[in-house]
Amino acid sequence: MDTTILITMIFILVLAIFLGVEIISKVPSLLHTPLMSGSNAISGVTVVGALIAAGAGAGENTTAILGGIAVGLAMVNVAGGYFVTDRMLNMFKKKDK
Amino acid sequence: MALTNLINLVYILSAVTFILGFKMISSPESAQRGNLISGLGMATAIIVTLMLPDIERFQFIFMGAAVGAAIGLFFAYRTPMTGMPQMVGLLNGFGGLASWFVALAEFESPRDQGLFGGSVLWLAAIIGAVTFSGSIIAWAKLDEKFISGKPIMYKGQQIVTLVVMLGMLACGIMFAKDTLDPNALYYFGGFSLFAFILGILLTIPIGGADMPVVICLLNSYSGMAACASGFVVGNTLLVVAGALVGASGIILTLIMCKAMNRSVANVFLGGFGAPVTGTAMEVSGEIKPIKPDEAYLVLEAAQSVVIVPGYGMAVSQAQHAVRELTEQLEKNGTEVRFAIHPVAGRMPGHMNVLLAEANISYDAMVEMDAINPTMETVDVCMIIGANDVVNPAARVDKMSPLYGMPIINADYAKTVIIMKRSMGKGFAGVENPLFFNNNSRMLFGDAKASLQALVSEFKGGN
Repeated sequence: MDTTILITMIFILVLAIFLGVEIISKVPSLLHTPLMSGSNAISGVTVVGALIAAGAGAGENTTAILGGIAVGLAMVNVAGGYFVTDRMLNMFKKKDK
Repeated sequence: MALTNLINLVYILSAVTFILGFKMISSPESAQRGNLISGLGMATAIIVTLMLPDIERFQFIFMGAAVGAAIGLFFAYRTPMTGMPQMVGLLNGFGGLASWFVALAEFESPRDQGLFGGSVLWLAAIIGAVTFSGSIIAWAKLDEKFISGKPIMYKGQQIVTLVVMLGMLACGIMFAKDTLDPNALYYFGGFSLFAFILGILLTIPIGGADMPVVICLLNSYSGMAACASGFVVGNTLLVVAGALVGASGIILTLIMCKAMNRSVANVFLGGFGAPVTGTAMEVSGEIKPIKPDEAYLVLEAAQSVVIVPGYGMAVSQAQHAVRELTEQLEKNGTEVRFAIHPVAGRMPGHMNVLLAEANISYDAMVEMDAINPTMETVDVCMIIGANDVVNPAARVDKMSPLYGMPIINADYAKTVIIMKRSMGKGFAGVENPLFFNNNSRMLFGDAKASLQALVSEFKGGN
């Protein structure tokens, strides 16, 4: 990888960590479980890398099959994470007294 | 290359939706919308990736995606709310394993990775493998099906862990030196195996009560694994999303450790939950049992009631019975609040989700620091399946292993009713002097059955 691109990526990484710390510190403990299942879903973003591997051409069968497995695993996170978070957050209601 | 640039711009949009999703989850009013926005961002990222010219065929993509999505949806709708810690634990593991497979797939693609490429491949694969095996052990411990929740300790544990780490590093150096070496696959297998063992070694010494910390840390690892695979495939979206998840997991880990007054190192090296040495405080007084009909009289006369739920409430699935009792109390003009300790249950926020499931309004759920100053004015504090988080020894007894841990000051309430199956100890294995206090009454039996008995007393009394 080109050194300039690499440094840019590290730059972005560092900024993203600080941003993450800032926003997530504000999440109340009330919502920590959906926060965790929601971050499960977002860590399923690996699917983007997996798709590229799984779409490799005919000369790279091993890469494509391994990528397909990775797509499956990451999709468990994406689908499972988002839908379970939605199901949970749907329960958090304020009732009229 | 205009298409690739366009796709990269769309990735920026997806990253923004993830950030918005995290931001909006800070309030229960906007959280669900935030999750939807983040999900749409993910769907967009997946769709535009399929348009990349690098993608030459789709059969493996569709097969993988269909199977994965089906399994994910099944989990999402079939997991009971009490089983949320296990589900999050398993998802952490799948995330880690996905990153490991991406690293292996990228390695199988025949091109020179260079020293840096080899190093990030190694990093993505080991974080992925540690996350996977650690999560599987954490899941099994939470489920208590295959292994008990007790910490497993043996002699020379730290030396074994160190040797495994060195093996992982050595294979990594051999691998990254030249990824086109015909032996590189063996090095890949070698460090992957060491990382897999390391995940197990790091998780087995940790006891059931410390699982909230482990789940948080593994959550963070799954983000770091995604981040590392972002460097492997050179994709900024993975780096940003992975960093957000990594940061989230670390923050939760620190919050959990603080709520237990312990350092992260102490949790992972200490094997807390093992039999405690040292003498605990002399416990004086006697146990005063109470029957549901007497407890009803106490509750009926109360102006304000605080309920402290713990893992025992989840075990006996008592959250719906708790709501019924709450309704009866409120009908009687009693103010009911819920005091939630940060480490109550098996994962952060576990109790809140269970109470929300039972239709209890979230504004009745109060954090420990907010409820403690008001405890002296509370008429009745009801403890349902909680123990260590209300143990006053944490405040006064320097010899207690719980000493220094912030607790809910249940003992300051005028009357304390403790629902408990038997006189067993909490997960920390520590005696609880609260049970022997003059203002404490023990309501023995299954929490759900006791609550239902109280509800029928109320219904009969009105």
